[in-house]
Amino acid sequence: MAYLLNTEDQQQKMLESIGADSVADLFRGIPDAVRVEGLLRLPPALTEMELEAEVAERAAENVSAARVCFLGGGAYDHFVPAVVDEIAGRGEFYTAYTPYQPEASQGSLQAFFEYQTLICQLTGMEVANASLYEGGTAVSEAAFMAMRVTNRHTKVAVLGSVHPEYRQVLETYTGNLDCEVVTIPTPDGMCDLNRAAEALDERTACLIVQHPNFFGCLEDAAKLTQIAHEVGALSVVSFDPISLGVLKNPGSYGADIAVAEGQPLGIPMQYGGPYLGVLASKKDFVRKMPGRIVSEARDREGRACYVLGLQTREQHIRREKATSNICTNQGLLALRATVYLSLLGPQGLREAAELCCRKAHFAAEQLTSSDEFDLMFDRPFFKEFTLRCRGGAAAARDRARASGFDVGPELSRFSSMGSAFTDEALLVAVTEQRTREEIDELASVFNVP
Amino acid sequence: MRNKLATQSLFELSAAGRRATTFPESDVGAGPLDELLPAEQLAESPPPLPELSEPTVVRHFVNLSTLNMSVDTHFYPLGSCTMKYNPKRHERLARFGGIGDLHPYAHPEDSQGMLAVLYDLQEMLAEIAGLPAVSLHPAAGAQGELTALLVAAAWFRDRGEERTKVLFPSSAHGTNPASAALAGFKTVQLNKSAGGLVDFDELVSQVDDSTAVFMITNPNTLGIFEKEIVRISQLLHDHGALVYIDGANMNANVGITRPGDFGGDMMHYNVHKTFTGPHGAGGPGAGPIAVRDFLADYLPAPVVQKTGEGYELATPSRSIGRMRSFFGNVGILLRGYFYLRTLGASGLKDVAEQAVLNANYLKAKLADVLPVPDGEWCLHEFVASAKRVKDERGITAMDIAKRLLDYGFHAPTVYFPLVVPEAMMIEPTETESMETLDCFAKAIRTIVTEDPEFLHSAPHTTPISRPDEVAAGRNPVFRWTPACDS
Repeated sequence: MAYLLNTEDQQQKMLESIGADSVADLFRGIPDAVRVEGLLRLPPALTEMELEAEVAERAAENVSAARVCFLGGGAYDHFVPAVVDEIAGRGEFYTAYTPYQPEASQGSLQAFFEYQTLICQLTGMEVANASLYEGGTAVSEAAFMAMRVTNRHTKVAVLGSVHPEYRQVLETYTGNLDCEVVTIPTPDGMCDLNRAAEALDERTACLIVQHPNFFGCLEDAAKLTQIAHEVGALSVVSFDPISLGVLKNPGSYGADIAVAEGQPLGIPMQYGGPYLGVLASKKDFVRKMPGRIVSEARDREGRACYVLGLQTREQHIRREKATSNICTNQGLLALRATVYLSLLGPQGLREAAELCCRKAHFAAEQLTSSDEFDLMFDRPFFKEFTLRCRGGAAAARDRARASGFDVGPELSRFSSMGSAFTDEALLVAVTEQRTREEIDELASVFNVP
Repeated sequence: MRNKLATQSLFELSAAGRRATTFPESDVGAGPLDELLPAEQLAESPPPLPELSEPTVVRHFVNLSTLNMSVDTHFYPLGSCTMKYNPKRHERLARFGGIGDLHPYAHPEDSQGMLAVLYDLQEMLAEIAGLPAVSLHPAAGAQGELTALLVAAAWFRDRGEERTKVLFPSSAHGTNPASAALAGFKTVQLNKSAGGLVDFDELVSQVDDSTAVFMITNPNTLGIFEKEIVRISQLLHDHGALVYIDGANMNANVGITRPGDFGGDMMHYNVHKTFTGPHGAGGPGAGPIAVRDFLADYLPAPVVQKTGEGYELATPSRSIGRMRSFFGNVGILLRGYFYLRTLGASGLKDVAEQAVLNANYLKAKLADVLPVPDGEWCLHEFVASAKRVKDERGITAMDIAKRLLDYGFHAPTVYFPLVVPEAMMIEPTETESMETLDCFAKAIRTIVTEDPEFLHSAPHTTPISRPDEVAAGRNPVFRWTPACDS
């Protein structure tokens, strides 16, 4: 087997030096009654060539990937510059462990410190952690963090326009706790401010807003933040990192905790993960934050360096009183985001955001020229919008598929999550990678001249 | 003087007007943005990110990478972390068109290849666990623990049983109590140790009808198999409780013994340990769980199911719900799949055998300088004690660990588990040669003879040495600001 090194001779010498008769002897601490007899029933071993051929065959069956991608709903087909793959593909980064040993990990530690700084610059927040699993759990972690900050543990409020899967995660995470999750309905595609105010009270730890929201529409995140603050609750805003190339950032309107799905920042779609959970907050809350944080330090010779900071919040030290159970995080994806943001800079991010926004609006205009579609919500949107399909969303999606395009998801897949998730509703996402020609071709599938 | 320009922070390397990535001109018009978006929502200027050119970015990060130790460059015997070789073929395959670029909401008919692979992985993990139902959904081991505990909570709730306690030994990973607390359970730690193993009498005294789950790592964090595991499981089952196996140490078990066969009702895998997902300097991982048949209906959504013609995503009938968005950490799960398809059943057994052989060989080579208090032979790892060299020469486990870096070895895990004084937890893994182990043992044998004062200030050849973490915690700085420049 390619990954084992010791020859038969060496193994014999090793056994002699141990004082064992055979390798099997070394396992005698395991009772016979619970030993596997013979071999497990697994598929036969493949050589590298055979494996590659088989995987290529499976990959070819995933025909979706060959289509022009207008799919959205939290994962997007953004451009990934070659440098991102090149850097993240360096073994010194991707085969290193968590940087607990600072002398052997300054490369990763500095990259994560830079990541935290870039996230602060992006969001206008004061402090960011070194990553969480992905956008959905980041929302739940933010809710728990808000409970600790406010010392209110029995209620959180979330808008119905937040990603339905993020809301489902929140419900699962709080499922065995004495904590009420109040969902504020958003039948018109965004939140009615009065309804938000009515839903909040002195028990509420936080109000969770997604902006732009799941339907693509902009929320009035600034006013919602004020409404949360009026009852002493925190404002948790889930944002799209690309949108901050043009939109006001969460820090500017006083959000307390900003979270995001970081996938748009140079991370391939790879069927749903691994992605990147972004979490940033006001500095006063840092000791209540979940996950690892890198901080600056000085070594014994006074040299500036980096270490994992505030570890006493974490599970390996604080155990059941830790701020989260998270251990393994998404370090390599945080590195990808760091390289991505370094490459784009302020101008590149603005260009990407503007292109997404303009192309999405062009696509909405083209598609709604068809008799089959209109916009479900007459609201400002960023790079994604919800179509109402007269013939049903599934039929529209299938017609697009048959012509080489993927659009969606159709909102009926989340039908239990609110009245807006109807059979007619279809999400369309447009990234900077889509061309006018592709958009025109998609529209022509639906008889737009 | 060494040129350190490239490893200055990105922010110091920034100069107004530099660019790397540019995008094509808009082909759909370029009117004022406030015709598309409300003016009050628009930022006045883009975020103040650094401005860098592409060569600067590349040189910066490549230079940073050289400041790391990694499995590709160094022996990395970090106990409990299973730092084995990460096969390069996995990296290529995970990027294949149709895999790396597949959207999570692709129609199931258009992603049959992916679903087939994930289904096969579920089946393989069920077979290796000896537990029939698998969820690939959890993002990492700790999330696997939380998922399984929520599954258990839902199962007990359906049975009308009020069970509030989760038990675990003091040698448990910190994630066990943290996950139990997050799942809403009271945590009860067992503090006694019988030669490094669970003290059965203490367990008897703590188990009662309010016990929901006993969480145990087997082999335990000392690298010793809990020889009473069947009796332990029986005790829990007699009280109507469930047994959770923390799969962190599965590298010793694969193909040899199965959690389902020794009494476990639920377990998680760490694909990034046992099945070669690269650790990525902290992540990503993947933490699939396997459970008994009666818990299958409670697994989180989605699971992959076989239909007449192909595969589909399904939600189990009593599902606890979602633990994260989308399917799971597919990129890491795939690396596990590639690995298992490469090994087959016989190769998998070889992994456990060679990992155990390597650990015992290294243990024997070090026995006279760093004795192991408990157990004759270990499994995949061992916890040696530097107590004697500390008593005799004032050299601590930390000193040895730090000095090893100078010799070109990553340090073992130190001061965990707490049951061993001056603990050095060493896990060589199966992907190291006898020559490397000899070299490592020689380095340790040399180190314990060196001047203690010299060791207290080790390492001496690394980019930095012994940062003051206490001072860093007093007035912590978590981001670069222009003031840092001075």
